[in-house]
Amino acid sequence: MQIHVPNGMSRRHFLNHALTSAAALPAMEFLMHLEANAATVRKNQKACILLWLGGGPPSIDMWDLKPGSKNGGEFKPIRTAGGYQISELLPKTAKVGDKLSVVRSMSTREADHGRGRYYLHTAYIPNPTVVHPSFGSVVSKELGPKRPWLEIPAFASIGGTSEGPGFLGMANAPFVVDAGGKIRNAEMDKMDAERFHNRLSMLEVVETGFINSKRGEAPQAHADVYKKAVNLMTSKQMAAFRLQDEKPEVCAAYGNNNFGRGLLMARRLVEIGVPFVEVTMDGWDLHQQVFNGLKTRLLPNLDQGFSTLISDLTARGMLEHTVVICMGEFGRTPNINANVGRDHWAQSWSVVMGGGGLKGGRVIGGTDKDGVAVEGKSYLPGDLWATVAFALGIPLNTVHTSKLGRPMKIANGGTPIQELTS
Amino acid sequence: MRLVRGPYDVRIPPACQLSRARSVGLSLIGLLAFFATTGISAAADKPAPHAAKPATHAAKPDKVLRAGEIHHSSDPVVVFINQQIRQAWQDNQVTPSPVADDEEWLRRVSLDLHGHIPFWKEIDRFRKDKTPNKRAALVDKMLDDPAYVRNWTTLWTNLTIGRQTPRQVSRPGIQKFFREAFAQNRPWNEIVYDLVSAEGRSDENGAVNYLLAQMATRDEMVLATAKTTRLFMGVQLQCAQCHNHPFDPWKQAQFWELNSFLRQTREVEHRTLNRATGQRMTDYTELVRTDFSGPVYYEKRSGEMQVAYPIFFDKKIDAGGQVDRRKELARLMTLGDKPYIAQAFVNRTWGHFFGYGFSNPVDDIGARHPPSHPELLDRLSQEFIKNHSDVKALIRWICTSDAYQLTSRTTNKNVKDDPGMGHSPLFSRVYPKPLEAEQLYDSLLIATDADHTGKTDWAARQKQRDEWLQQFIIAFGTDENDEASTFNGTIPQALLMMNGQLIERATGAESGSFLHKVIDSENSDSQKIQRLYLATLSRHPHGREVGAAEHLVNLYSDRLPGYQDLFWALLNSNEFIINH
Repeated sequence: MQIHVPNGMSRRHFLNHALTSAAALPAMEFLMHLEANAATVRKNQKACILLWLGGGPPSIDMWDLKPGSKNGGEFKPIRTAGGYQISELLPKTAKVGDKLSVVRSMSTREADHGRGRYYLHTAYIPNPTVVHPSFGSVVSKELGPKRPWLEIPAFASIGGTSEGPGFLGMANAPFVVDAGGKIRNAEMDKMDAERFHNRLSMLEVVETGFINSKRGEAPQAHADVYKKAVNLMTSKQMAAFRLQDEKPEVCAAYGNNNFGRGLLMARRLVEIGVPFVEVTMDGWDLHQQVFNGLKTRLLPNLDQGFSTLISDLTARGMLEHTVVICMGEFGRTPNINANVGRDHWAQSWSVVMGGGGLKGGRVIGGTDKDGVAVEGKSYLPGDLWATVAFALGIPLNTVHTSKLGRPMKIANGGTPIQELTS
Repeated sequence: MRLVRGPYDVRIPPACQLSRARSVGLSLIGLLAFFATTGISAAADKPAPHAAKPATHAAKPDKVLRAGEIHHSSDPVVVFINQQIRQAWQDNQVTPSPVADDEEWLRRVSLDLHGHIPFWKEIDRFRKDKTPNKRAALVDKMLDDPAYVRNWTTLWTNLTIGRQTPRQVSRPGIQKFFREAFAQNRPWNEIVYDLVSAEGRSDENGAVNYLLAQMATRDEMVLATAKTTRLFMGVQLQCAQCHNHPFDPWKQAQFWELNSFLRQTREVEHRTLNRATGQRMTDYTELVRTDFSGPVYYEKRSGEMQVAYPIFFDKKIDAGGQVDRRKELARLMTLGDKPYIAQAFVNRTWGHFFGYGFSNPVDDIGARHPPSHPELLDRLSQEFIKNHSDVKALIRWICTSDAYQLTSRTTNKNVKDDPGMGHSPLFSRVYPKPLEAEQLYDSLLIATDADHTGKTDWAARQKQRDEWLQQFIIAFGTDENDEASTFNGTIPQALLMMNGQLIERATGAESGSFLHKVIDSENSDSQKIQRLYLATLSRHPHGREVGAAEHLVNLYSDRLPGYQDLFWALLNSNEFIINH
């Protein structure tokens, strides 16, 4: 589907109409935006791209192979450009391995999908009294306001829903885009700006009344979301979602699948200044036939997309400013089960990170010869996100306040992983 | 006193501001007179709520701020509910919000019981009705309406098989099962019994679809075990699959003991030839009993293998192959005077109406989420069982309780009653709830009178509805069949509401459409505006809304665009999309 930004709906055009018809109806708060400013400010914007492998990828078959062990599985390791070894089924990624590092010492306890997903996204264990924000929402809150010229949401989630914004509010919710990149209903065909403005003004009257009737926070949150939606509709930056603008070779290099397209879109979004993009590939919950599953679709698509993303970012001089992190909600059991699969395993697993000024070609920690226990220091999700915060320039002592008034440290007080930052 | 503030007030003609102030003034003056005519003792009543007295004697009726009527049920269960809730208010030094006015209450009860907003004609009719117990009478009437059956069927179909029908499941099959169950007001324990123990064809014995939906992967009924305990018993056992539960008292052995009840189950897919395409396709699926016998085996974290026999908490059954384990499980789950299924159903149903259950999340009544009103939950569960697990009776108790009559507004005397912040709910107001996707769609149809345009056939309309719903529904795609009920106000949803086809058509004002009829009528502008407000927000416009709407309409020489814009704004508003 073509997403075309109607010519008549540029921001400037819209504002002009709003101002001239202001005499008619109450002033529109919605559109009193800061106009786009110096293009120079926008270069070298820091960002994070999260490759989310939903279901819990078997990192023992991907990033930390145990060929001698009974847990070793079907694949053999190959050497990467970074010196360490990964699965033979990730050859392209191996070639850019010098830009990436593997943290082989994650130990995170939560082996339930819902809990694991929450824990890895928020750095907090699920808690009935508070809903913590996804780290993307944290980045949206911290870096979003510093980019007032950004007219599309500061946290995009492609192909998956991520976790929500929790106490940071819907203003920092992930903007969920489906894997094909479609943003439905983003256009206001056949309507002129003045008419739309009148509608929005009346909407504001009705909404303000309800907000003032003291029914909690939902009414205001709704109004906030609408404001953002309108900003989105009228923004030129929507072109970032248009993959058709890319050369066919580039699209092909990322891979002709949803994940590849999602990664290409992520690069484009980061290019225009979106500070956090999450791209999801589902299907990693391999309780059965793990090796077939990996071989046939999951690893080839991951290999192609991931390696191209790194190369593309490097070629454009963007890798220095873009942290890339690849993980799921947990790993999978070293033990291979009766269905030739692996089950949930949070005790010892691996995450891959690179870019954003972090050191590449490093291996952080390791597991025993059977891949069962972490040897030495282990890391938590908070440490991963603290590392990302470090790379993005977000101070680690940043504190948010939950609805109950509790101070909540970002990254749950984790510390940046030293081998990556120095 | 004005409810609406804003920087724009200077532009609005002062006359429009009077309506609110006038109505409040009238209510203050008219309050005593009103009470005198309706027979509620006016002597002790002052027009404003006051701080709670020390908690000693049984309750007097609470004070009301506006002329909202409250008829206190004399049903002993409801009396108990009222007393317990009032006690907790006093213990926590919270004063309840005032009674909701009829418009607010009617909209809420329509959404809660029927899954859509009221038709605009009913609003003034209800408001003007002078019968003292009209609210209770309306609840009875609504429970007898097929819309209740349809709504409860939708709720439980979604809960049992999800919003996206799994491959081997017949959605119409289970819908039929629930439709019949709720239409006949079958006892809840019998419904659960059927869902757990049913065998046969997915298209003939609809209840089998519940378990079939949990069997998408051959996981030895692990998902079915976790779902059954969570959905029907309010017990979250999934962690215990692999180890003793870290917080609750469940042991890993118990998970597998329960699992062993479900292991005599197999699904058989029956295919047929599709003559049109020449391809084989699924005709129906059959849930078949096998003669699995003996224990199930499971692995502890240490790697040690263990056995688990069919034991329901502490009740053992014969592990032989000739015993129908699912029937035994169904029997054990539903026996006794306080089975788990009773408190789970009571808690969930209470949560459906109030926005929060006694324990939250509603399907996790464990040590970690102690109920806010334990005695009340206990007694309600017992009464529910004593009353033959009568679903309508439970709903009636809830809907005729004093607390359900309250408004959803907070006052400065109950700000701290905020379960959204993690506090235990006190029900000093009815908490607002976002509309479910189905409620939103059905309400849009009602608001825009779309069903009456007498167009296409049922199947086509159902298809349209399903397509629209898909835009709101996101599944997580894990082995736990999670789903997010996603009407949470994200940008894509806002875009759908603002620019999507449904709203576009509704505001298109084509001949025959609701909007066209309103505009085309002989009524004055103010009456037309009122009609649109009643149709969408189920109330009359007030305060500066009147002025703003009239202004909008007069902006265009042919007036139509103004009405379209107004209608658009009402349908897109936060007030429309929240059940308060």
